[in-house]
Amino acid sequence: MTTITEVVRENLRPRYLLDRTSFVGPLLVAPAVLYVVLLVGLPFLLAVYYALSAYSIFDPSYRFVGLSNFHDVLASDIFRRTLVNTFVFTIGSQIIGLLLGKIGAMLLMKEFPGRRIARALIVLPWAVPVSLATLAWVWMFDSLYSVINWTLVALGLVDVANQPQWLGQPDLAMAAVMTVHAWRLFPFGVILFLAGFSSVPKDVLDAATIDGAGFWRRNYQIIMPMILPIVLIAVIFGTVFTFTDLSVVYLLTKGGPINSTQVLGSLAFQVGILSGDVSHGAVICLFLFPFLLVAVTFMLRFLRRREI
Amino acid sequence: MSEVAARHIEKRFGDVRAVDDISLSIRDGEFLVLLGPSGCGKTTFLRILAGLERQTSGDILIGGEVVNDIPPRARGVAMVFQSYGLYPHLTVANNIAFPLRTQNTPREEIGRKVAWATQLLSIDHLLARKPRQLSGGERQRVALARALVREPTVFLLDEPLSNLDAKLRTSARSELKQFQQTVRTTTIYVTHDQIEAMGMGDRIAVIDRGRLRQLGTPAEIYDNPADEFVATFLGTPPMNLIERDGGTLGFRPEHFLPREMLNGSALAEMPFRVERMEYLGSERVLYGSIEGRHARRIVTAKLPAHAASDGIRAGDHHAFAVRRSELRYFDREGKAAVGAGAAR
Repeated sequence: MTTITEVVRENLRPRYLLDRTSFVGPLLVAPAVLYVVLLVGLPFLLAVYYALSAYSIFDPSYRFVGLSNFHDVLASDIFRRTLVNTFVFTIGSQIIGLLLGKIGAMLLMKEFPGRRIARALIVLPWAVPVSLATLAWVWMFDSLYSVINWTLVALGLVDVANQPQWLGQPDLAMAAVMTVHAWRLFPFGVILFLAGFSSVPKDVLDAATIDGAGFWRRNYQIIMPMILPIVLIAVIFGTVFTFTDLSVVYLLTKGGPINSTQVLGSLAFQVGILSGDVSHGAVICLFLFPFLLVAVTFMLRFLRRREI
Repeated sequence: MSEVAARHIEKRFGDVRAVDDISLSIRDGEFLVLLGPSGCGKTTFLRILAGLERQTSGDILIGGEVVNDIPPRARGVAMVFQSYGLYPHLTVANNIAFPLRTQNTPREEIGRKVAWATQLLSIDHLLARKPRQLSGGERQRVALARALVREPTVFLLDEPLSNLDAKLRTSARSELKQFQQTVRTTTIYVTHDQIEAMGMGDRIAVIDRGRLRQLGTPAEIYDNPADEFVATFLGTPPMNLIERDGGTLGFRPEHFLPREMLNGSALAEMPFRVERMEYLGSERVLYGSIEGRHARRIVTAKLPAHAASDGIRAGDHHAFAVRRSELRYFDREGKAAVGAGAAR
């Protein structure tokens, strides 16, 4: 009896505090909770607060205006165009990036000399600071010095007089922005697909080969369904990152020409920060929220159902 | 029809010879077991037969035709893998139907064949389940059914029972053997488990370090091992080997008995010092050494548990003997020496 009470008393001593999950658990979770509350929760509430007011940097006083800011934004042609652009940009660069990622991963699964170096180098587009990488692309798309145009002319594919103006023509500008963003996403895709491919047991692939499945059938009836959960995670991440991203657009085109590459992030930045119209900027930002919420909920649910 | 032959098969991975000049032929309808320790090249050899791996040199013949350049799917082989290789995202029914779908089999025929295979293996109640919802034994049957529906000319089985627990393995072993006798398909079975090999094989091919050591019926392999490796790889405990002028003398532990348990005159007597004894229920295993020249070599004797040997204890010295007809002789290279029986 006495020993048991002694042990219990010992357990309550401070030096055993770290042995108690009831204490250590919350302690370890606290930084994450704090982080989310301070850096995600507060700004979100702040955005709601601004969106319902007539707050601007020229008149930083709070005046409640209801939903009139939302009304203004929805009525704007630029906003509607931006919304469409954002979807085109997100979905387009996702598809290109993941497709390239898959092909890259498939190539890297093969044995060839220098594979390890190639595997290391492939991460570069992701590791290089976005401003630096985009600057290189700016020059590649430049109206006078474009290396892409130079190549096309040299190959005789385009006429010197009618060179494509990559950043000057609305449809080409969107394609250019998507290409650069896809290029940045693609290492992420490669890594995810590599992880996925290596998670497929060799026995399963061998069985499929013996069972008569060729390259395409093995890929699309065995491997893809098996790694779908991993791919979906890539899609969630990619979508969230792209939907909220403005760096590539802002560095490459600043949303132009004539708002043809404007996305929600860059528009919100222009309206809310550069023009100082904080309340309308906040409204534009808040439009990101429902789309992301729906996308993430849908994919997480799908993921849970599909779990293998 | 579907005999399988390997002619001088060699497989090199860099400098390593995984398969070193194996030639053997398997008769139509035969159950051949490839037996060897892990890493001996038996699985590589099986994968070469399947076409999953390309041999460095040599020919594979199935049904009399050289199939070196024929891809796995066209060889008419079906394979069951160690971890079964079931498709985790497909139901049991779709797993079994998969090899038929790849051959564009008509829908009704797929249904018919899946029903036939699942009934034969009594898994027809599991059709809608996913592999993760199955037990080990059920998974193994699904893998078998998937191999069966194609009506292959050859079955290749790569340690299909090694993922089952000991009890299930025993029943699965007899089921598998029975199943093979029903369908009468040529079967090549890879294992490192000598009990599986002895119990199931029509013939056993013992492989070590990429080489075929011996090919024969279980009785031939057990009674007349071709060399010291085969002699010590089979049998628990393995054959006792003691040095003898210019070679090795071998005898099975169950033939090494107290002198008084043996009658007749053609006996080789050896004074045995018992060091340790294991009681295993139906039998008793004695560990010790033969006094004199071979004192350092551990020798085992396996006695029926309730034999007259009850008096023998650890530390005892006792006269043991082996019938001369049970003695085996190996030469300096470890190969069985024929006709040296009267030497001692």
